[in-house]
Amino acid sequence: MSEYVVELKHVTKRFPGVIAMRDMHIQIRPGEIHGLVGENGAGKSTLIKVLTGVHVPEEGEIYVEGKKVSFSNPVQAREAGIACVYQELNIVPMLPVVDNVFMGRKITNKYGLLDYPRMHREAKEALATLGHPDADTKRECGKLGMGMQQMVEIAKAVSINAKLLIMDEPTSSLGEQEIKQLMKTVRDLKERGIAILFVSHKLEELFELCDRVTVMRDGEHIITEDMANMTNDKLIQAMVGRTLENQFPKEFGVKGECMLKCEHLTSIGVLKDVSFEAYGGEILAFAGLVGAGRTETMRALFGADKLDGGDIYIRGQKVNNRNPSQSIRNGIAFLTEDRKGQGLVLSQSVKTNMILANMKKFMKGPLLKSKQIEENAQGMVDTLRIKTPSTEEVTMQLSGGNQQKVVIGKWINCDADIYIFDEPTRGIDVGAKVEVYNVMNQLVKEGKCLIMVSSELPEVLGMADRVIVMREGRVMAEIERGSKHFNQEDIMRAAWGGALT
Amino acid sequence: MNNKKTNVSDILMKLGPLMVLAIMFVVFTITLPGKFIRVANLMNILKQTSINCIIASGMLLALITAGIDLSVGYNAILATCLIGVLMKNGITNPVVLILSAIVVSTLCGFINGTLLTRLDLPHPFVSTLGMKFVFWGIALLITNSQTIGFTNKGIDPVLWIGKQTIFSFGFPVSFLLVILIYAAYHVFLNHSALGRQIYCVGGNPEAARMSGIRSKDVLTIVYTLSGFMCGIAGVVLAGRLNTANTASAATYDTDAIAACIIGGASFRGGKGTIWGTMLGALLISTIRNGLNLFSAGNDIQYIVIGLVIIAAVTIDVMRGKMEARARKMAMAD
Repeated sequence: MSEYVVELKHVTKRFPGVIAMRDMHIQIRPGEIHGLVGENGAGKSTLIKVLTGVHVPEEGEIYVEGKKVSFSNPVQAREAGIACVYQELNIVPMLPVVDNVFMGRKITNKYGLLDYPRMHREAKEALATLGHPDADTKRECGKLGMGMQQMVEIAKAVSINAKLLIMDEPTSSLGEQEIKQLMKTVRDLKERGIAILFVSHKLEELFELCDRVTVMRDGEHIITEDMANMTNDKLIQAMVGRTLENQFPKEFGVKGECMLKCEHLTSIGVLKDVSFEAYGGEILAFAGLVGAGRTETMRALFGADKLDGGDIYIRGQKVNNRNPSQSIRNGIAFLTEDRKGQGLVLSQSVKTNMILANMKKFMKGPLLKSKQIEENAQGMVDTLRIKTPSTEEVTMQLSGGNQQKVVIGKWINCDADIYIFDEPTRGIDVGAKVEVYNVMNQLVKEGKCLIMVSSELPEVLGMADRVIVMREGRVMAEIERGSKHFNQEDIMRAAWGGALT
Repeated sequence: MNNKKTNVSDILMKLGPLMVLAIMFVVFTITLPGKFIRVANLMNILKQTSINCIIASGMLLALITAGIDLSVGYNAILATCLIGVLMKNGITNPVVLILSAIVVSTLCGFINGTLLTRLDLPHPFVSTLGMKFVFWGIALLITNSQTIGFTNKGIDPVLWIGKQTIFSFGFPVSFLLVILIYAAYHVFLNHSALGRQIYCVGGNPEAARMSGIRSKDVLTIVYTLSGFMCGIAGVVLAGRLNTANTASAATYDTDAIAACIIGGASFRGGKGTIWGTMLGALLISTIRNGLNLFSAGNDIQYIVIGLVIIAAVTIDVMRGKMEARARKMAMAD
């Protein structure tokens, strides 16, 4: 019998163009609560997916209770006793609790039919051991609160006799009371000898709950320590401790008038009193952890999502951006973070995508001016250096970086005043990144207002004139370039809920 | 390398229906000597294709937006019945008759679109299937479930469109109308802003919305236009059938879907061309015509048409898989 319930040795996972996890190792003891932290993109999700059999690593070994295993699909991982409660719960909302607990498993009676009385009894027992003795197993899952839905997921894991339960950001969508209950349940599970891998963005929870903690950065293992030997600062340093290379061709514009002013933006459960100002000729960056409400702020002010309260002013004029089409008319361009899902029509050509947001500019009566569209597209392809065989090529065929440049071209065609770039360099190669930065420089020099949402701290520090840090739907800090807080550690500290002095 | 490969198969897929049509022609020419290749018979095929072509042009729009319009058959029949009922009530002015048929059908289409976009129904399958029965019921209601004959009732100018042939070889006016409509569609879909928006809403509704395109308005227009085409089809039907009969709508909707899919449209939306749709419609009528000449009855015809539809959707699925592979390769690069 091994000392560890699950052990990873020298595991490497590659994706086309990137190494998501390099020579990773982690050892999890039975009955311990093991914290896992890291910046966005540090490789936590990849690690979870390797453990649950979703990704198959190219190199390295996985051991469960000392036995070497290899998972080629999630079913094998489950049978080995590794269960995961994902951030996005795998609940079928229309089905009652009992069917959700028994998803993928069944108890049959002597006629080969489902033995519902026994299933109800066992589901009830499982939920009772999690601290919910009066749970109604006949109730539709969709009608339960988030905390209870999560309990159903945990019950599912417990009832397959999981040895390791992975919890990915389990508290992110729970209320205070539910978090308390969850923590109690997690401790109970630990008492029963089940190991927990607890992934969280909330340091205070880790300190409260975990026995040991592992920090990942850039797909690599940084340290594993007893929680008792750790401090807040030590954790943050381990998370960000990389050197800044000079891949950011920052140029400065002239700070102009206030182009965009948001006051008290509120969206129930998402945004809490978000206020900020953005100026022409500067890059305002929004930093924070995934789910901090940065993208939600942008979507709300762009009219893509409904606001529950707050005012938006453009050049001092109060505006009502009820939908994207109105916002675009008001001079806002929004490069979304999900370029395939929200930016491009993949089945359409480069030149059609380029005119998507401002067809009026290319119309004569009801018809489109083909020649002008072609010239415009060709011009964009040249200035943005888009690598494509022709402007007729469907955007599906382009690489990520070139797709991103097509979307940028689309927004430049809008002649907007305010450009919101949400994760503009996500998933594109280094060369293309620099070209995107150059476009940003160019826009700022033209006096445009540029807002950049970025989860990459080096990018924020490299390009921003000013940084707003958000956490849990709130503005935590505003940091000017040149101030003493304009560094990775302080931004991270604010993003993790610490105070800046 | 990969790009070239997919392009070749893409072209083959696009030429697919044309090749099948050519093969059909060769087969029928050989097996039906002196019967199939005759000017009169070929003109007959065109005449038989007209209705499906007109209805399918509206269906194509719905399919491009990843939707469907199941109400087209009964919408067209409703238009024909309306002409019959108005005629019975003494209105014989052709302009009034044609306009009222088209206006009512367009309105029906508008209702389809409004139900879909303003009530947030999950899929146009729901709204248009429901309205199909509503239109059917209304058609039965206004006609008292009776067949209305049009012969010698003083509305020949209305019937002219569906019945008349021109030139010495008897080219049907209805197909001339189809060519005009299709030419307009070609310009509309490829060179107008709204046309490109329809493709974009179909290809990625969220990207279209985030680019400021009012997806809901675009969808409403699509279903309204589909209704408009049904109105025209209803007028042509009056001349072609010489009667208004609610029982004659049986296969119009499925024929239209089949024509679009054979012609390159996809249930996933975002694609499809008007000329491909014409080829699809011609293919279906050619099969029907050939089987007729073999004196095959409705039974055999239904079986063959059914298999052709399945084959067409199989082609659609294969096309989708090929695209998915191309996408994967593009991502791996």
